[in-house]
Amino acid sequence: MSMQYDTEHPVPMPPILWDNMGFWEGIKRHELVFQKCKECGIWLHPPRPVCPNCRSFEKEWVPSTGKGTIYSWVTYLESPHPSFKAPYSVVLVELDEGVRLVSNMVDTKPEEISIGMPVELVFDDITEGLTLPKFRKVG
Amino acid sequence: MVMEYIPGIPLLRPHVDLDNQGFWEAVKQHKLVFQKCKDCGLLVHRPRPMCPRCNSMEREWVPSTGKGVVYSWVNFVYANAAYPGIKVPYTVVVVEMVEGVRIISNLYDVKPEEVHVGMPVEVVFDDIADDLTLPKFKRREL
Amino acid sequence: MNSTKNKAAIVGIAITDFSKDCQRTELYMACRCIKAALDDAGLRPEDVDGLVKQTNDATDEHAVTSSMGMGNLTYFGECRWGAAPSAMIMRAAMGVAAGVANYIVVYRAVNGSSRRRMIPSMRASGQMSTSDSLQWTFHAPFGHLSDAGQVAMIVRRYMHEFGLNNDQFGWVPIVCREHGARNPNGMFYEKPITFKDYLKSKMVIEPLRRMDYYEEADAAAALVVTTTERAKDLRQRPAYVLSAAQDMLAETEELTSYYRPLISGIPEMGKVGSRIFAMAGVAPKDINCVQLDDSYGPFVPMQLEELGFCDRGEGVAFCNKGDRIKMGGELPLNTSGGSLGEGYIHGMNHVVEAVRQIRGTSTAQVKDADLVLVASGAGGPASGLILGGSR
Repeated sequence: MSMQYDTEHPVPMPPILWDNMGFWEGIKRHELVFQKCKECGIWLHPPRPVCPNCRSFEKEWVPSTGKGTIYSWVTYLESPHPSFKAPYSVVLVELDEGVRLVSNMVDTKPEEISIGMPVELVFDDITEGLTLPKFRKVG
Repeated sequence: MVMEYIPGIPLLRPHVDLDNQGFWEAVKQHKLVFQKCKDCGLLVHRPRPMCPRCNSMEREWVPSTGKGVVYSWVNFVYANAAYPGIKVPYTVVVVEMVEGVRIISNLYDVKPEEVHVGMPVEVVFDDIADDLTLPKFKRREL
Repeated sequence: MNSTKNKAAIVGIAITDFSKDCQRTELYMACRCIKAALDDAGLRPEDVDGLVKQTNDATDEHAVTSSMGMGNLTYFGECRWGAAPSAMIMRAAMGVAAGVANYIVVYRAVNGSSRRRMIPSMRASGQMSTSDSLQWTFHAPFGHLSDAGQVAMIVRRYMHEFGLNNDQFGWVPIVCREHGARNPNGMFYEKPITFKDYLKSKMVIEPLRRMDYYEEADAAAALVVTTTERAKDLRQRPAYVLSAAQDMLAETEELTSYYRPLISGIPEMGKVGSRIFAMAGVAPKDINCVQLDDSYGPFVPMQLEELGFCDRGEGVAFCNKGDRIKMGGELPLNTSGGSLGEGYIHGMNHVVEAVRQIRGTSTAQVKDADLVLVASGAGGPASGLILGGSR
């Protein structure tokens, strides 16, 4: 099963700012990119202005392999927002690069999700202006 | 001159809560009231749940004389610095009522260049919309 | 290290009842409660020269001073997030210790049920700060919106790493309700629950059941803090602040600390624990009872681990099906009921109850309680303190 949306209510999409613009522009192009520090090379997510490791302000957006495993997950049996129809699951995926990303699954029932399960990236073009990165189980 | 509200732009409405609703209910009835402490008699504006002098929580609403003088005032002349829903120029005043409390309001039917500190005024009620009445002040003849 | 050690005492407390619709403004409740706390201490509003509030409290300091006639504040401060309660006492202790103020009132008033709701999805969408954007941009579009959902993600991982199942978390709400059932001031007076009730409680956001976390309430609380010297001259037995601390780490977020290597613990609370024990010169085994953050029940075993009452992963086993943490047990927990059993006022009631334990006036009094620990803000920036009956 995949996420069901109530199209009467727009998905809450908070403002896109200078620091996170690169991520959302990548998503629009169907590319999952993460911030990488140009000085020390660590991957950063969520994106921020400074590298917490070496304090450099020089960053770049680098594409992810889109492969990872489920680190944790929850299932909303009651929806907290009119846009989302319960039940739905929210996952915390640990990408191979080492960063973690909150997301949803596609074509996967809640009972099929388990910690450590390998997943791969897909893109969900929900509406005209909104694409989100999601995951499905591998194999 | 009377304040003009620009149609299509939301009116500024007071936030009515349990502590101040007595004031606004009276205004709707074209009455100006102030909060008085039942225990020590202190009159206050703006309304609050406790008497700042004796800390009693027994409050009552008493009618105002409706009379006061302009304590201070400003003229909003530049539209960009004013509320877009009100046509400039308009005047905001602090009126010191003869009973001692001060209240922020607007002038009613007074030209901006006529207002001065100490000008005697008295309350009138402006029914701006079905669900919005505000107390305002016009010139008072002594 | 000895910054807040033994400099201050809590000399007055007051708390309103908890209700779903109190029919009062928050300002009204704050004023009434602050007055009651001052009466409890034998002080007047004129004596107050400091106020400490929670950052998001609807009642600003100037509304309190103008309603209560407080003449001259020389100290005002605020603390944020769920960590506020213990940190607010620390903020007040610092103020009196530095001599910036003599009598500082710490207060909180919430119409959490009747007016303002804390669940993010129900907040009016207003201007967002850039740090809100850090969190919300990457969580909200995926429907990860409620506080409970955000905590559930951490709880799931905790269960996975230590082989727990979510039924085992039931002992915390059961014990809190047992204690709350003895408290006429709380929302659940004479309403304890059984394990059966807990299992029947519906799953809201797997793995959390409805009974695993708090319900919104309307309530207010206030405490009066002064120096240990001045405390001697007042009418109540002082509750000495033996130590207080707060902590935030580089990767700490508000309920969504998902991006650090381990997410199944509360390292901020671990840091707070080390400092408050060291400062007070006591160890976990010396503590007579604890008031821990039970806004989410599963946080309680996690706090027991971080604070050193047991090893990592042993928190649930430590509770021993409730036996160790209930009245008569080794370490009674949340003796007035806490967030789950008394009512939710963001943890302020935990500090108030800790003072009652020291005074000997609790509705579930631990015999000779002389050292009480309070922990606030599990799941985000944390704080804690240890109160003692003697300096």
